[in-house]
Amino acid sequence: MSALRIFAAGWWMNMKQLTRSALFVFTSLIEPLIMATIAFYTAKAGGKPEALFYMAIGAGVMGIWSSTLFGSGGVISWQRWEGTLELLVASPPPLLVIVVPLTIATATIGIYSLSATLLWGWLLFDIPFHLAHPVLFAIALPAGVISMGLLGLLIAATFVLYREANALSNMLEFPIALVTGLLFTTALLPDWSHPIGWVLAPTWAVRAIRDAALGGSPGFAIVLCLVLGAAYVVLASWFLRVLEVKAREKATLSLA
Amino acid sequence: MNSWLRVFLVGGVIAYRGLFNWLRPAHYFPTMLGGPLFQILFFAYLGRFANAQSDEFYVVGNAVQISAMAGVFGMAITIGGERWTQTLGPLLATPASRLAIFLGRALPNLLQGVIVSTFGFCVGRLLLDFHPALASVPTLALIVVTTVASCTAFGMVIGAFGLRLRDSFMVANPAYFLMLLFCGVNVPLDVLPDWMSAISRCLPLTHGIAAAREVAGGASLGSVGGLLGTEALIGLAYAVAAYLLLRFFEEESRRRATLDRM
Repeated sequence: MSALRIFAAGWWMNMKQLTRSALFVFTSLIEPLIMATIAFYTAKAGGKPEALFYMAIGAGVMGIWSSTLFGSGGVISWQRWEGTLELLVASPPPLLVIVVPLTIATATIGIYSLSATLLWGWLLFDIPFHLAHPVLFAIALPAGVISMGLLGLLIAATFVLYREANALSNMLEFPIALVTGLLFTTALLPDWSHPIGWVLAPTWAVRAIRDAALGGSPGFAIVLCLVLGAAYVVLASWFLRVLEVKAREKATLSLA
Repeated sequence: MNSWLRVFLVGGVIAYRGLFNWLRPAHYFPTMLGGPLFQILFFAYLGRFANAQSDEFYVVGNAVQISAMAGVFGMAITIGGERWTQTLGPLLATPASRLAIFLGRALPNLLQGVIVSTFGFCVGRLLLDFHPALASVPTLALIVVTTVASCTAFGMVIGAFGLRLRDSFMVANPAYFLMLLFCGVNVPLDVLPDWMSAISRCLPLTHGIAAAREVAGGASLGSVGGLLGTEALIGLAYAVAAYLLLRFFEEESRRRATLDRM
């Protein structure tokens, strides 16, 4: 019960903090609209109007990914800079229980991106917003968001060991969007890149959301979102334990 | 003249080393080369998926645009950085020529932009279907240098807002991403609505990218002279605007005593 309370409080607190950050609002709201507009005009230039809704969903999920990457990549470093990391580590609950709601919050903010992108497409580009399976869409969206938030947890847990974490955040936005097929099918990519996409949550999140919206069978993708999410939690838990022990041993917890 | 040149060259180099001391290889490679590499690949594959344009279109557009990493973000950090490191006050208290100070700080960013852009073209040549004739390389290089200079001048305008705004990245970030849309980087200008095309013709990169595409397609320097001249003039206009804005914000911040206020 207390874990649930920690989750709710941490999630809500981080949501409020993130929505107060102009830079974060830009990343999760304005940037996806720019990317979506480029995608819409690219589809228009290529004479592929049928791809507009496909791309609108992809651009929205890309916004969720950008929020997660940017927000989760720095979540532990920000606590360190604010001087709250030692307090969080010293508190009785496991560090994992404290960090999970923070990274889920970064992915949740990304729902702004998806909503804004779909609304943008509908208002300015006459992209019809028709969900083939509304109920499955309502399941696929949270499953996708949670799986990406848990990927964010893994990112948070591993990036903290790397001093130049923000540089990695800067770099990873496009490659992950590329190999996970957020805006285009991965069939265009070389075969060797496909397994990389399979272990990344955005691959299955976008497939689940797309299949639910455009008409398909999102069940398998939803299940994979949840399975991958669970795997990320296990890995992140191990990384966080290693980090905590190392930081305590070397007395480097507060050192950036 | 000697002191002007010293402030321009030595001052510029020392300021760059000081303000970008955090730019170690572990930071430089992912940010300045890794990110741009994947940006080029991403848009080239997006174009393939939509059957929109050739790889050459995306390689040239993005290889030139990624110079804005240095031109726009670099200049925002350069001018904002003087404020964060509390050196802006002493710097502006000196009688040194403001033109020499700020142009000197722009020069290393311009060179960085050329390096990043060159890397982008090489990536396109190695990984995508981009095979310009060897004879076009010197002309392409001239266009890239002109366009990067123009983009850096635009970055100086963005940086000038760093004297007034708490966070110049709030201008630099949208500027960088809007360039992807407006400057003909990934979308041909004739596909954009008229009002967007009109804006794009006033921005840096647009004419340079168009010239580079023509040259990569086999055109001569003479045939793109108009585009290149327009790009240079736009760059000059932004440089003048940046200088005027910097002087204006300097005067304003002296008057309101807000120079070092974060």
